[in-house]
Amino acid sequence: MIPLSHYLIVSAVLFTIGTAGVFLRRNFITILLSIEIMLNAVNLTFVAFGRQQGGVDGQIIVFFVMAVAAAEAAVGLAIVIGLYRHRESLNPDAFASLKW
Amino acid sequence: MLALILLFPLLGFLANASFGRRLPKTISGGVASAVMVASFTVSAMTVWELAGLPVEQRAIEQTIYTWIASGDFVLDLTLRVDPLSAVMILVITGIGSLIHIYSTAYMHEEADSEYARYFAYLNLFAAFMLVLVLGANFLVMFVGWEGVGLCSYLLIGFWFKKQSAIDAGKKAFVVNRIGDYAFILGMLLLFAHFGTLDFQQLAATVATIPPEVGVFGVLSIASLLLFIGATGKSAQIPLYVWLPDAMEGPTPVSALIHAATMVTAGVYMIGRNAVLFSHAPGTLMIVAVIGALTALLAATIGLVQNDMKRVLAYSTVSQLGLMCLAMGVGAFGAGIFHLYTHAFFKALLFLGSGAVIHALHGEQDIRNMGGLKRHLPVTYWTFLVGALAISGVPLLSGFFSKDEILYEAFREGHTVLWFIGAVASLMTAAYMFRLVFLTFHGERRHDAPAHPEPSHPEPSHLAPSHLAPSPLHDAPPAMAFALIVLAIGAVLAGYIGVPHALGGHNQLAEWLAPSFAASGAVGGELAAVGAEEVALEFTLMGVSSAIALGGIAIAVLVWLRRPEIAASMARRYPGLHRLLLNKYYVDEVYNAVVVQPIRVGSQEGLWRGFDVRVIDGAVNGTGAIVAASAGVLRLLQTGFVRTYAGSMLIGVVVILGYYLW
Amino acid sequence: MPETLVFYLLSGLAIGASAIVIGQRNPMYSVMMLIASFGALAGLYVQLDAPFVAVAQIIIYAGAIMVLFLFVVMLLNASRENAAEWDRSHPLRQPAVVRFGGLLALLLVVQLAWALLSARGLAGPVGARGGAETVSSVRVLGRVLFTDYVFAFEATSILILVAMVGAVVLARREGEGS
Repeated sequence: MIPLSHYLIVSAVLFTIGTAGVFLRRNFITILLSIEIMLNAVNLTFVAFGRQQGGVDGQIIVFFVMAVAAAEAAVGLAIVIGLYRHRESLNPDAFASLKW
Repeated sequence: MLALILLFPLLGFLANASFGRRLPKTISGGVASAVMVASFTVSAMTVWELAGLPVEQRAIEQTIYTWIASGDFVLDLTLRVDPLSAVMILVITGIGSLIHIYSTAYMHEEADSEYARYFAYLNLFAAFMLVLVLGANFLVMFVGWEGVGLCSYLLIGFWFKKQSAIDAGKKAFVVNRIGDYAFILGMLLLFAHFGTLDFQQLAATVATIPPEVGVFGVLSIASLLLFIGATGKSAQIPLYVWLPDAMEGPTPVSALIHAATMVTAGVYMIGRNAVLFSHAPGTLMIVAVIGALTALLAATIGLVQNDMKRVLAYSTVSQLGLMCLAMGVGAFGAGIFHLYTHAFFKALLFLGSGAVIHALHGEQDIRNMGGLKRHLPVTYWTFLVGALAISGVPLLSGFFSKDEILYEAFREGHTVLWFIGAVASLMTAAYMFRLVFLTFHGERRHDAPAHPEPSHPEPSHLAPSHLAPSPLHDAPPAMAFALIVLAIGAVLAGYIGVPHALGGHNQLAEWLAPSFAASGAVGGELAAVGAEEVALEFTLMGVSSAIALGGIAIAVLVWLRRPEIAASMARRYPGLHRLLLNKYYVDEVYNAVVVQPIRVGSQEGLWRGFDVRVIDGAVNGTGAIVAASAGVLRLLQTGFVRTYAGSMLIGVVVILGYYLW
Repeated sequence: MPETLVFYLLSGLAIGASAIVIGQRNPMYSVMMLIASFGALAGLYVQLDAPFVAVAQIIIYAGAIMVLFLFVVMLLNASRENAAEWDRSHPLRQPAVVRFGGLLALLLVVQLAWALLSARGLAGPVGARGGAETVSSVRVLGRVLFTDYVFAFEATSILILVAMVGAVVLARREGEGS
């Protein structure tokens, strides 16, 4: 049997990788991909804990997270398309008009 | 019913203040005079009722409402009439009525709205003065005290388009304020020590304490502070400087406020607190000395003044000094007696001078007068009566009251003070008759150097004329009526105080005794008079008469028969003459020592230094700090999304770290 | 033990693939790698007695969302990231800042690891409470979903509808008729 902490560590590492990706990448698509990684890490945590507690609640939550992630990805990509049309670039640094 | 005495003038004030400018002069003046006469009638009835009470209970009280109720301390708005205030209300309302009637004619050339404003102020003044004398406790008296100061300011500066009038009004108010400050401190000290401000309760409490002989305790300090307030109101050294300048106001105002009533408030206050002052012999001595010195100082200045009203102003200061001298030696009854007779003849003299000024269309310099006896007979004869009375010529009122003061001073052993008082009386007779002779006798002169504007701002067609003498009209009926009544009073008023030595009963002193009860100082006036004392009194009476007649003789010699003596003396002692003419340069000294330092301190120190730099700096600085910090904080808005993501991440790390710690 | 081996294999794959996702310059490869990562995760779910979630992961995530990403990548013709494209003189574009971000991420993982390791009750093996049948049954899942969580279910469906409408509106070319 695999201890719960192992799963949680995996989840933590994945979450951190996703965070680093959001931070370090200069491409909108990649940033969105990193966000998906983070969401998946969270899903893993939920399933692990749900299994630990012996009910289906963890999976239910994952179900909803997936639905929301899908919606968010769709909307996010639509925005990216809109932005690309505006500036012909996928670099977030190109959109800096709201500065001081 | 007591409230009616002061309600009548108050109603007159309200009527004239609200509607006066639309009313014709007859109505506004008539209303003002009518309310004063009504107040006088009620006062007379009240005094009659008072006289009907047995001696021990001679006080009528009326509480209007509870003014302050704070914890244990309760202070009511209470009016109380006792023998002392009875004298005062009769003087205020009686002489006040006469002056109101006089004013209806004197102020007739003013515009309707100005006329009404004048009478509104005059009524208001009467109301406040009555509050002052009828108040049963210090606080009510103080309301009146401040109120008459306010009205004095308003009336001195009545012709507010004239700069000197405005300045004089301000000076009067500010100098009075200094005195009022001391007065307040005295009141607070009494309250802190005794827990009450009611006059009767204070007197009862103080009577049980031994007098502070040789030591300067609470009573002495409190009474000294009160007296400083009195020096402001009653124009003694050092706060008398406002009174001569106050002559900028209309002459009836000078007569009422600065001769008969307001300036006597200080003397009245001392009399009201006779028990308190008697228990503080140190303060009483200070009062007497200051009174005597003031009397002498003012008399010397009055000898050389050229403005008619200034001479009378200094005369007032001098007579007030004599009253303070009386209070200071413990002769409270004598002081009030002189207050009462002085009201008559000083008002008379002022109103007479007003008639002269009115006839000469604004001329006030006696060097431009002379020979008016022929043209203004009524004015002349009434003025002469007043001058005789103030000089202390026997059988007129001034003789009885002034002699009483000097006798009491001598009898109590203050020989030096007696001497100073006698010299001051000699000079009084001299300068008063100088005034009479230069104004009314001889031929009309025009000796004064021309001054740029008339002292009485009137329409141009009435400017003083140096051309051929235009027909001078004597006092119109309203003015003449007041003059004559006052002249009669000046002669007869003294007969209620005829001393025992001459066979009288000194009824005034007997009447006033309950008010000064337990003071121990009045007893002397009423005690059975032994043979030695009678002889002493006769001697002193003779001396006083000699002084009066001697002063008149000097005046006759120097200013009537041989006028060149005055001029030659001025030439021989030019320094002294200049010193007296310039009032000992007291105003200049005050200006340099007090006024300018305060002005410079306020302007440079407080305004430029503190207000502009510190306070404005703090306020502006706050704004500048906000702007600067905002300028720094806005740099956080970089516009880069990654920066915002980064800050979120930092936040997560920090919070997580905090919870894990 | 085979279980542990499978576990390490799958988790290693997931982590490795994710690392490549964020490290890769070409977005196309990133998407591919992410699909691989999702597959590994699905395996982990199976190991956690959650077959329904595993299949849903494959269908929704790898099948739908990633395909959507691929469409967008190919539509926009996203090229390699050009690091030198923008002005480097701005202070926030310096590499030092980027390295600071990396440091923060490292700090985060250390914190999370420490939190997990210092917490108690996590050392027990998974599946200590119920058996696999009670957890992995679709029947049970369905019943709970449509009774206890029906409100969230309906709300989520509306959310998806809203997102769909929003995506259409946002991605529309400007100036087009409705």
